[in-house]
Amino acid sequence: MATARIATYQKMYVWELPVRIFHWLNVLAILVLIATGYLIGAPQKIFDAAEPSQQYWFGIVRFSHFAAAYVFFFNYLFRLYWGFVGNKFAHWSQFIPVTKQRLKEFYEVVVVDILHIRNEREVGEGHNTLAGLSYFAAFLIFLFQAGTGFALYSSMSDSFIPSLFAWVVPLMGGDAWVRQWHHIAMWFFIVFTIVHVYLVIYHDWVEGAGETSSMISGWKFRKDESDDAE
Amino acid sequence: MDYEVPSIWRTMQAKGYSRREFLFFCGVAVAAAGLRANGLAQVVEAFESKPRPPVVWLHFQECTCCSESFIRSSHPIVADIIFDTLSLDYTETLQAASGFQAEKTRDETMKNNQGKYILLVEGSIPMAGDGAYCMIGGKSSEQILKEAAEGAAAIIAWGSCASNGCIQAAKPNPTNATPIHKIVNKPVINVPGCPPIAEVMTGIVTHVLLFDKIPELDSQGRPKEFYSRRVHDTCYRRPFYDAGLFVESWDDDAARQGYCLYKMGCRGPTTYNACSVTKWNANLSYPIQSGHGCIGCSESGFWDNGPFYQHLGAFPGFGIESTADTIGATAAAVTAGGVAVHAAASAIRKRKLVNIQRAEAEKSEAAREQKEAAPEQTENDGGEEQ
Ligand code: SF4
Ligand code: SF4
Repeated sequence: MATARIATYQKMYVWELPVRIFHWLNVLAILVLIATGYLIGAPQKIFDAAEPSQQYWFGIVRFSHFAAAYVFFFNYLFRLYWGFVGNKFAHWSQFIPVTKQRLKEFYEVVVVDILHIRNEREVGEGHNTLAGLSYFAAFLIFLFQAGTGFALYSSMSDSFIPSLFAWVVPLMGGDAWVRQWHHIAMWFFIVFTIVHVYLVIYHDWVEGAGETSSMISGWKFRKDESDDAE
Repeated sequence: MDYEVPSIWRTMQAKGYSRREFLFFCGVAVAAAGLRANGLAQVVEAFESKPRPPVVWLHFQECTCCSESFIRSSHPIVADIIFDTLSLDYTETLQAASGFQAEKTRDETMKNNQGKYILLVEGSIPMAGDGAYCMIGGKSSEQILKEAAEGAAAIIAWGSCASNGCIQAAKPNPTNATPIHKIVNKPVINVPGCPPIAEVMTGIVTHVLLFDKIPELDSQGRPKEFYSRRVHDTCYRRPFYDAGLFVESWDDDAARQGYCLYKMGCRGPTTYNACSVTKWNANLSYPIQSGHGCIGCSESGFWDNGPFYQHLGAFPGFGIESTADTIGATAAAVTAGGVAVHAAASAIRKRKLVNIQRAEAEKSEAAREQKEAAPEQTENDGGEEQ
């Protein structure tokens, strides 16, 4: 026992460039959408002295909301597509636990990371099952948000995409209700962001696999298990 | 029994109207039905030759505000003529007959004009208690409506009651007030509003008279010509909205200056109606012009979308004061709290794990330094020097 072994790390390419671009565009779009959406729901008293002919700020807030919504929507569609052609970490099956192994992981994540009943588990490379499932739920809410948003927009636009969602309005009992649900779903995005950012930091700290930077560089790190076998 | 139905022009002549007045009426009808000026000849011809259609106007659970609105149409001549020419064969509010005589008139009109009469319905149908909440002449509203709808050429649902239930259908809807399009299985022209605008009503009737067919409807059965835009889209306060200038409380300076009423609960942005174009009381004004926000009276379920003076509706199940924001903010706060608790627990529970990792890393770092200093002494059997 002269010296300790040297831990070597494997460098693994997990998030492909398109996935990373999707992620950060999504971040940008969501931040703009939350900020402008909140203001549309609860406009603040900002410029009060000027004449209406001299300013258009609420119009700009709304315009930004609609523009960001289009970015968000197409980005989302692109990600769905990438779920079929991307690498295995981007694959749709990462988001829906279909195999026994993934169900086991689900259980372990709950026990180890959420409830802290046990302290360690085998850490995989991509999304863990619980995270994957929560992104799946998020994707459904993304769709809900896009659908209700375009439904509200359809009455003031002649373009094709909003008109696809016009049927949502009578279904939900009128614009007032669509708007209400669209607004409550915004809070889901806020809650999701809080939890998401926290958990990224948590995993990075506990697992030391480079969780945070992986969404910029694409690489994650994993301790070489063959070393431990020594 | 044979029933020679005269044309509108004949009827007007019989009532003493001049040709000039008839042409004036035709001109107004052209405008009301949204035709171009060159449609005048078509209208004149139609009103000269077509038999004047009989009308049956039924009243169920309602307050008669639709009738009140209708008879206040801004062109008295139009209202007069429509009342005179549409032979209002049966309408509880305005007919002279009563009792059995009235019921008989209705039955006869329907029998003699199978497939030809226009059916106007005001009010919702109570479906609870076997219809006991609204019975006329010993029949339930549902029965009367179904009988009348049977032979109608066109069915128009006047007002929010007949189109979406209105106040009787507000929670908890004790009589199970039901809009008529859910009961008859024929196309129904929904003309919501509490009440609808008189000019919209005459416009729709004129359209049906002229073309013998129902106007183009949207997905909720409303005529597109009057209900395809929101009050907000053509509101004269819209520039204030776009500029972000809002009334903050009812008697502030902004209110006096006529700023947008969005924050005071104006429902214009979610309400489809012609108020800001056609206006009320002979194009005099409409609620927003009088300083009060729109309450969304032509939207289904508007009574339950309150409070009227709050921009965001109350959230169902959470009490009248709580909006989506109250709930969202609470959820966000709870989440942040949960995150903090979890972070604290992790700091305690996982510290050991992280410390072990750190110690390992330090050891490994030390080992590497050693190896760099003297590569041949390391125990690493994977090294290149072998
Ligand atoms: S007053 Fe109402 S309808 Fe008019 S611009 Fe403001 S929100 Fe829209
Ligand atoms: S402004 Fe709104 S509440 Fe007022 S009559 Fe028009 S639709 Fe109804």
